[in-house]
Amino acid sequence: MEHTLTAGSVTGDRPRPAINYLNAEKGIWSWMTTVDHKRIGIMYLVAVSTAFLIGGIFALLVRLALLNPQHTLFGKVWVTAEAYNRFFTLHGAVMVFLFIIPSVPASLANFVLPMMLGAKDVAFPRINLMSFYLWCGGAVLAISSMILGAVDTGWTFYTPYSTTTDGAVGLMTMAAFILGFSSIFTGLNFIATVHKLRAPGMGWFDMPLFVWGIYATAIIQILATPVLAITLVLLLIERVFQIGIFDSRIGGDPVLFQHFFWFYSHPAVYIMIVPGMAIISEMIPTFCRKTMFGYRAIAYSSVSLALLSFIVWGHHMFVAGESDLANVIFSALTFLVAIPSGVKMFNWLSTMYKGNISFETPMLYVLSFLFLFAIGGLTGLFFSTLSVDIHLTDTYFVVAHFHYVMMGGTVIAFLGGIHYWWPKMTGRMYKESWSQIGCLLVFIGFNMTFGSQFIMGGQGMPRRYFNYLDQFQPIHAFSTYGSWVLGAGLFLTAINLLASLKMGELAPDNPWGGTTLEWQSSSPPITHNFDEQPVLEHEPYDYRHRTVTHV
Amino acid sequence: MEWLRSALLPPQGSEWAKEIDVAYMAILWLSIVMFLGLMIAMVWFAWRYRYVPGRVTPHQTHNTQLEIFWSVVPLLLCVGLFFWGIDGYMKFAVAPAESMEVQITAKKWLWQFEFPDGTRAVNELHIPVNKAVHLVMTSEDVLHDFFVPDMRVKRDIVPGRYTEFWFTPTMLGEHVSTCAEYCGKGHSDMRAKVFVDTQEKFDDWMATGGDEWMKHPPEEWGKIQWDQKGCATCHTIDGSKSKGPSWKGIFGKMEKLKGGATVVVDENYLRESMMQPQAKVVDGFDPIMPTFQGLLRENEIRGLVAFIKSLQ
Repeated sequence: MEHTLTAGSVTGDRPRPAINYLNAEKGIWSWMTTVDHKRIGIMYLVAVSTAFLIGGIFALLVRLALLNPQHTLFGKVWVTAEAYNRFFTLHGAVMVFLFIIPSVPASLANFVLPMMLGAKDVAFPRINLMSFYLWCGGAVLAISSMILGAVDTGWTFYTPYSTTTDGAVGLMTMAAFILGFSSIFTGLNFIATVHKLRAPGMGWFDMPLFVWGIYATAIIQILATPVLAITLVLLLIERVFQIGIFDSRIGGDPVLFQHFFWFYSHPAVYIMIVPGMAIISEMIPTFCRKTMFGYRAIAYSSVSLALLSFIVWGHHMFVAGESDLANVIFSALTFLVAIPSGVKMFNWLSTMYKGNISFETPMLYVLSFLFLFAIGGLTGLFFSTLSVDIHLTDTYFVVAHFHYVMMGGTVIAFLGGIHYWWPKMTGRMYKESWSQIGCLLVFIGFNMTFGSQFIMGGQGMPRRYFNYLDQFQPIHAFSTYGSWVLGAGLFLTAINLLASLKMGELAPDNPWGGTTLEWQSSSPPITHNFDEQPVLEHEPYDYRHRTVTHV
Repeated sequence: MEWLRSALLPPQGSEWAKEIDVAYMAILWLSIVMFLGLMIAMVWFAWRYRYVPGRVTPHQTHNTQLEIFWSVVPLLLCVGLFFWGIDGYMKFAVAPAESMEVQITAKKWLWQFEFPDGTRAVNELHIPVNKAVHLVMTSEDVLHDFFVPDMRVKRDIVPGRYTEFWFTPTMLGEHVSTCAEYCGKGHSDMRAKVFVDTQEKFDDWMATGGDEWMKHPPEEWGKIQWDQKGCATCHTIDGSKSKGPSWKGIFGKMEKLKGGATVVVDENYLRESMMQPQAKVVDGFDPIMPTFQGLLRENEIRGLVAFIKSLQ
C-alpha cells in the first residue's frame, strides 16, 4: 500500500524511527511503572481482552447449558441450576464491569485520544496508571469471588435476593465498587485532557468525533458512577448489618434498590455504546475518503445521548411496581433517545453517499455495526411503547435487544477500532483476508445466536431460565450453534492479530489515509507521540487538501 | 399477516393480548420498513460508490433541511407510538369494579392463589372465561413476577407491598404461567397452570375443587393437601418435632391435652382439630393453628384423615 499526498499536513512514509514507545524502555518493570498513555492503553487492551475471554467462556457455557432441556452432553447431565445461575451472573458481571465499560475508553481512547488532540499524554498520567491498577484490584476481587463460591444474583444484584443468598456477593460488589473508581479516573482524565491539551488551533468543533464521543462518555462516567458506588455500599451494609434499606422484612424497599441501580446502570449503557459510535464516526470518513456529513449534529447527538441517559432509568422498571404516572413519563423520555441515535445513523449513511469506499476489515466492521445497531435500535421501540413492553420485558426479546446494542454495537465497533488502530499501536499489519473471514463469521454467528432470541422472547421464553418448555428446544439449539460460529470468528480474529505481532508486515504511518492527528505520528509512535507540536491546519475529515491513493 | 403474528407471539388468550399484539405488529412493520430503508441505502452506496483510485469526493459538510427532516419525522413517529402505548396501557391500568379478585402469594418456588370465598389452590389458577380477573399479588420472600404469555400478563411481585394486574381471558383451555423475575435455583421451575373454564365448569370447580381428587387414592390425595395447604409447615410426617405434633403414628394414640384431659386420636378428633383447632390442644404445643373451616373441601378432609391413618 502506498499513499500519495498531494497537499496538506498529513505526512507520507518516512524512515521509521529506531526508538518508539514500545522499545524505548525494556523489561516488565518499565511497563508496570509507565505513565505513557500508549503503554497504559496497551496494558488495558490486554486486560480487557482477557476479561472478554473469561466473560465469553461463561457465555458459551450458558449457551451450552441450554442446548437441550435435559442439560445433557454426550448423554450425561453436566450442569445444575445452581451452576447455570452462576454462569449467567458471571457472564454478565465480567462483561459489564470488567470488559465493556472500560473497553473502548480505557484501551483504545487511552491510546489515541491524546494523539488526536496533538498532545504528548493525558492530563494526569499518574492517575491514568492508578486507574489501571484499580482495574486490576477489582479484577482480583472479582476472580476471588468466583473461586470462593461465586455469585448467583444476576449482574443486577436485585434485592432482597442479593441480601439473602449465599455466595461471595460481598466480594463481587466490592469488585464493582473499585472498578467504578477506575472508570471515574479514566473519565476525569479525559475531560481534563480535552479541555486543556488540544493542539494549537484546535477549537471544540475541530476535534475528531471520536474525541466528542469519549468526552460525552467521560461526563457520564464521572457523574453516574458514584451512584453505583453508593448503591453497592448500601447493599453491603444491608447484607452485613441488616439495617433495613432494601429488605422489606426489616422495613426496607426492594424497588428503591432498582431505582438506585438503574440510575447508574442506564447511563452505563451509554458509557458502553457512545464510545462504540465514536469509533464508527472515525472509520466512516476514512474509508469513504469523504468529509463527515453533519459533523456538528453527530457531536451534539453524543452529548445529548449522554444527558438523556440520566433521565430514562425508569424504563427498566415498567412492570416492577413503579406508578403509572412514572411509567408514562419514562416512556415519553425514552422515546427521545431514538432521535439522536437516528441522527447518527442518517449522518453516517449520508457520509457514504458519493464517497470513495474501500472495504478493508475496519470498514467491514462498520457495515456490520450499521446492520446490527439498526436492529438493536429499532427493537428498542418495542420497549419504549408502554403496552408492548409489558409482554416483552424480562424475556429473551430483551436479551436479544441489548446484545444487539452492546455486542452488535459496542463490541463490533471495538473490534473494528482494534483493526483500525492496530498498525498504529503495534507497527504491524495483520493478514487482511483472515480478519475479513473472522469479521464475517462473527457477523453470521452473532445473528444466529441473538436473532433467534427475538422469536423465543416474543413467544414468552423468560430470561435467566435453566429449564424451559420443550417448544423452545429447536430455537435454543440454533442459538447455541450460533454461539459456536461466533466464538470461532472471534478466535480466528484473535489468532490473526496476535500472529501479526511476529509475522505481520511493517505498517506505514498512515495505512488508511486517515486525516486525524494520530496518523501524523510514526507507526508505532515515539514516546512523546510527535517530533514537534502538531498544529491544526484544517478541520478533521477534510479531504479537499489531498488525494489518497491505494496501489 | 396472522401467520407472522402467530409465529412471533403466543396465542391471544385475552382482550389485553389483542391490544398489545396490534401495537406490536405496527412497530414491527415500522421497524422493518425503516430497517430495509437504511440497509438498501447502505448497500447501494457501498456498491455505487465503491473505491476508484483517484476519485475526488465532494466536500459535503451538512444540510440543515435534511438534518431537521430526519430529526422531526422520527420524533413525530415516536410521539405517535408513545400515545399508542399509553392508550393501551391506561385502558388496562384500573380494574373494573365487577372483576373477580384473586390474591396471589408467591414464594420460592410456588404460587398460591386465593379466591374471594377463601378457596385456595396451589400452582393452578382457575378462572371463568370472558370475565375480568383482578390479580392482587405479594411475595413472601424475594422478587417474583407473574407472567402468563398467552394473556400478555406480566407484573413483578414484591415482598412487603401489593402489585396488581387485571385481564379478561377469552380463550378456553389450559395456559402456562411462569416466573419472570429471577428468584434463584427454582426460578425456571416456578410454573403454574392457568385453566380458563366456562362459567359452569368454574362454578363446579369452586364447589368441589374439580375432579383431580378422583384421580388419586385418598392417602395420596391427603399427602398432596398436606403439602399444598400448608400443613407441612408445622406437622412433620417422620416423627420429628415441629410447631405442631408430628403425624407419624398419631392415629389411634391417646394424647394428653392441655389441662390434663386425654383424647383418643380418631377421625372425629382429627376433623375437629382442623375446624376448631383451639378446642383440644395437645399438651406441650402452643395454640397457634388457624382454623381451616371453609378452606378445606370434604374430599380434602377425607384425604387428610386417610393420609394420617396411613402414617403408622
